[in-house]
Amino acid sequence: MLMSLAWNSLKSRKKSVILTFLSLVISISVLLSVEHIRLQAKESFNRTISDVDLIVGAPSGQLNLLLYSVFRMGSPTNNINFESYKVLKNNPHVEWAIPLSLGDSHHGFRVLGTNDQYFTHFKYGNKTALTFSHGEPFQSVFEAVIGADVAKQLNYKVGDEVVIAHGTGSTSFTHHDDSPFTISGVLNPTGTPVDKTVHVSLQAIEAIHLHPLHPTGQVKEHLAEEELIPDSVTAIMLGLKSKFAIFKLQREVNNNKNDKLMAILPGVALNELWQMMGTIENLLRIISILILISSLFGLSTMLLASMQQRQNEIAVLRVLGAGPHVIFSLVLIEALILVVLAIIAATGMISVTIGLLSDWLAAQFGLFLSANLLQVEVIQVYVVIVIASIVTSALPAYDAYKSALHSTLSAR
Amino acid sequence: MNSDTTRIVEKTAIHVENVLHQYRNGDDNGMFIAEWRVDRGQQIFLHGESGSGKTTLLNLLAGVLTPDKGEIQILGKPFSTLKAHTRDKFRADHIGVVFQQFNLIPYLSVLKNIQLANHFSSTHLNNVEDLATDYLQKLNLPPNILFQPANAISIGQQQRVAIARALINQPELLLVDEPTSALDVAAKDAFMAILTEICQEAGTTLVFVSHDMHLKQFFPTSVEITELVSTKENQLC
Repeated sequence: MLMSLAWNSLKSRKKSVILTFLSLVISISVLLSVEHIRLQAKESFNRTISDVDLIVGAPSGQLNLLLYSVFRMGSPTNNINFESYKVLKNNPHVEWAIPLSLGDSHHGFRVLGTNDQYFTHFKYGNKTALTFSHGEPFQSVFEAVIGADVAKQLNYKVGDEVVIAHGTGSTSFTHHDDSPFTISGVLNPTGTPVDKTVHVSLQAIEAIHLHPLHPTGQVKEHLAEEELIPDSVTAIMLGLKSKFAIFKLQREVNNNKNDKLMAILPGVALNELWQMMGTIENLLRIISILILISSLFGLSTMLLASMQQRQNEIAVLRVLGAGPHVIFSLVLIEALILVVLAIIAATGMISVTIGLLSDWLAAQFGLFLSANLLQVEVIQVYVVIVIASIVTSALPAYDAYKSALHSTLSAR
Repeated sequence: MNSDTTRIVEKTAIHVENVLHQYRNGDDNGMFIAEWRVDRGQQIFLHGESGSGKTTLLNLLAGVLTPDKGEIQILGKPFSTLKAHTRDKFRADHIGVVFQQFNLIPYLSVLKNIQLANHFSSTHLNNVEDLATDYLQKLNLPPNILFQPANAISIGQQQRVAIARALINQPELLLVDEPTSALDVAAKDAFMAILTEICQEAGTTLVFVSHDMHLKQFFPTSVEITELVSTKENQLC
């Protein structure tokens, strides 16, 4: 009954209630999306790479190397000698080594040159290995394995022939239309940049970089695989036999005389990223909390302003036997109805927006956001919002309580 | 308690004894009532000029105000000294109130207004709608009014709905404060006739407050407020 009373009372003050509601929806959306994106960005970045002990590349910033080699973002780093890969692979501390060669694209998707080690040892999320939804790893030079998003968006399936170009844009000027690749496998979705990657062998990267006058047919026929041995790679991911050797090997790599190398620990580099982001994160949080507080004050003001015109209503409720605490709860319920509806609306809005923008966010920022907001941290935010709105609307509720205490029959 | 006093208590609807009410605005002359008794089923016309304390007395009887001294018994219960919460409940169950105007919650339908009165009482009727329809018929209101918002009907109709609302829990006591002040003469007389008749039928004790002597004709008993009330100074000497 109280619920329906509160609901009807809100309905009777439609205009101010709707404005207050919209202001709540906006502020709650801001707060929720900041929280959600913050959490999801962290999770999405952290899950992208797992179980890799060291990443070796040309000296640049450790962040730059991490972003470019793992997230395929940021500016390209210099390449390192293929010889260094061989040396590292044979290092006694190293259990496995994955070579990575970047720099090409296919319809806007990055092309990654690597070898079979990638499909055995690359892990994401909680040490999850890559799995195939169709097909198998590439066996020969002109075969490719594509990520789930590539398959979905370009509508490719195993056996299709595709063209891979030099350059990273979606409209590359140096298309090598005569280098047809056959798709040998499609990976299951991972929610990481792998989904948006075309994987080929290192030899294939060499092949598409051959002089354009070299027709691929000739390559296929005349060039033995040995002649396509690459002379450089972009980066190497290393898995060590023992975690204790990480720092020793890192020092060794950094002091290498034959090639200019740098080794980074992915976890440490990610940490540096979060530290950089931390300040911005907190700033965004503070701003969104301030916005929320201001719109809760708006709610409280709206309720307070309505008290004047509700003296009669309160007097009526009093003589019907409603105690002052009922009047108090009535005002509180009105506030809570608005806040809870605003939370639901904001959640729906954000889910839909993320759902619509997820591809763009993934392509542009390497962010894989889940449209599902209902996680522990976000639910904690809900609880905080509800508590904050109870606190701020306690003021008008107390006002109503007081006027209920003193309301008499002469009220008019 | 001997049988005589028991009978008196059973017969009595309102018993006011040595009640002193101090006004909040610091007026030294509070309102004092030495004793006033109203029997059950009586219909009392309480008359007085504006500012004579009629509404204050009604507030005290409804338990919205409490006396600073003395006691008010309603239906044999020490009403004025009950805990606030118990008093609210008691009012919901046993006392109906009709104001001058603004009796209804404007954004609720007539039916919802009546249901609300039942919601706060402990009777929890399951046939409020039927009862309400009955009352509306007795009050000469069209049945389709039940689902109209309270602010969409005329003031005269609102006042009659207020009676139905006040009577829905079958209270023993009905307190009415100048309910006709917003009505024209013809509507007034019709309203009064219906009100007294319904109370008669249900055996409800009625205390009707007004400054309009014209309405006195509808009541067997009439009380002048100045007869009841003396100022504090006179009394304490």
